[in-house]
Amino acid sequence: MSNENIIEVENLVKKFGDFTANDNLTFTVKKSEIFGFLGANGAGKTTAIKILCGILFPTSGKVSVAGFDIYKERNKIKENIGYMSQGFSLYEDLTVKENIEFYAGIYGVKRKVIKTRLNELVEKLDIADLKNKFVRDLPLGWKQKIAFSVAIFHKPKVVFLDEPTSGVDPITRRQFWDLIYEAVESGITVFVTTHYMDEAEYCDRISIMVDGKIDAIGTPAELKTMHNAKNMDDVFIKLARKQSEENK
Amino acid sequence: MNNSIEIYNLNKSFKSVKALDNLKLTVEQGGFYGLIGPDGAGKTTLMRIITGLLLPDSGDIMIGGLNPVTDYRKLRLKLGYMPGKFSLYQDLTVEENLSFFAKVFDTTIKENYHLIAPVYSQIEPFKNRRAGKLSGGMKQKLALSCALVHKPEILILDEPTTGVDAVSRREFWEMLNQIRQKGITILVSTPYMEEAVLCDKISLMFDGKIIDSGTPTEITSKFKEKIYILKTTRLREILKIARQMRELKSVNAFGQNLHLVVRDNLVGIHEIESFIKKACDYEFEIEPSQADIEDCFIDYLVS
Repeated sequence: MSNENIIEVENLVKKFGDFTANDNLTFTVKKSEIFGFLGANGAGKTTAIKILCGILFPTSGKVSVAGFDIYKERNKIKENIGYMSQGFSLYEDLTVKENIEFYAGIYGVKRKVIKTRLNELVEKLDIADLKNKFVRDLPLGWKQKIAFSVAIFHKPKVVFLDEPTSGVDPITRRQFWDLIYEAVESGITVFVTTHYMDEAEYCDRISIMVDGKIDAIGTPAELKTMHNAKNMDDVFIKLARKQSEENK
Repeated sequence: MNNSIEIYNLNKSFKSVKALDNLKLTVEQGGFYGLIGPDGAGKTTLMRIITGLLLPDSGDIMIGGLNPVTDYRKLRLKLGYMPGKFSLYQDLTVEENLSFFAKVFDTTIKENYHLIAPVYSQIEPFKNRRAGKLSGGMKQKLALSCALVHKPEILILDEPTTGVDAVSRREFWEMLNQIRQKGITILVSTPYMEEAVLCDKISLMFDGKIIDSGTPTEITSKFKEKIYILKTTRLREILKIARQMRELKSVNAFGQNLHLVVRDNLVGIHEIESFIKKACDYEFEIEPSQADIEDCFIDYLVS
């Protein structure tokens, strides 16, 4: 992890009518960091991710991603990020190879480079036999691992992972985190959401959103000490419960 | 005691894919039964066959004493089903959805209010809001209310907590417990291993098969190998080191700790400690532990 900020958010506000989805968010994410973006359903995580990916304008506030300004350089941002979620990842009716060529092509990776990197990937994941299979015929675990590799194929500065391990088996879930560690070692910054609280422990730093605001931010160890909690599950429950009590 | 669900030798294939492979499942009347497994294990297919929405290739199936293939009409009166995907009418209000489901089953909200109260009372303040405008948690409560409003004998819930945050997940299980107290048999599926212990009995499912069935304690007490918990602040580093020790069958991160499973009782704490200490100076602590459901599931996958 370095000291260079790859994401800078200052006083970000996003309103939909009179509803405030993001209420004055301020945070930074450092280069090569695994940043866990946690929060209850409806807390405003998806809205914030959409803004960071350059597909939604903020109502106000300063946001820069990979050194580019969210208002003026959205296309530059898109070129420099990767994205993957459980819902949107690969095209089912294309083969693994076709998916990779398609995505890499969109990101402007040269044909020659695609070929070399594809071979490297096939070797690394040991998927020579899967390369020419339709994605719809792959087991979910493989789909998610390949989708991640596709999301970082163009070597983005940041990759956004929205609940990437939802519903996958316990072994694949851990292999997926091995891939995350590897990506981080190669210099990519990982911005990840999850509902598995054990995975929250694997992040370098975490923010917890409650009701449109960032209620807590820090390393897992810091948050546990601060909230006198035995694990991240405990921290999360304390913060989010407190909120729902207040609402009642 | 009568069984609410009895299934023997159930098979179902989709073209060349064997979705369910010779399944056996028994759920006692009033039981609280969990199907635990990742996506693609066959949980949804099984539930669709139980509810009569899908035909089995072969097998003996009795649900509430009825055959879902031939007696599906009668069976529907006995079953409440909450599918994995939100399937209510988005452009009807909360109350309209609920009264629609009540009417279809020839009953009223009032008649069974006592049954849905623990769930419905939480969304009743929003009864005039359209279902499409509800938050995820509220949609889920409405779907559960709709599945309950006709007073079913058996409630089938397909992954009600997937994609739901840790707090709402807890609250949902608390609601299920209240429903259970009313004598309704519950069959629920989940990919979250830690939710297994909230059920009386469970089946672990993977790849169309049931790996093991029983009470959570029965399943975890079958775990033969020695298992240790390793606590450290250098999780990633020690994980790599410990994985090089051949006497360990598996080394996995479980949140802030590592779980170490010893192969055939080959080594004890001291051997593991000295192996890791030889490779690094990081601080750590190892203590003996008991396997949990996730350990059992992982052990099946790596064996």
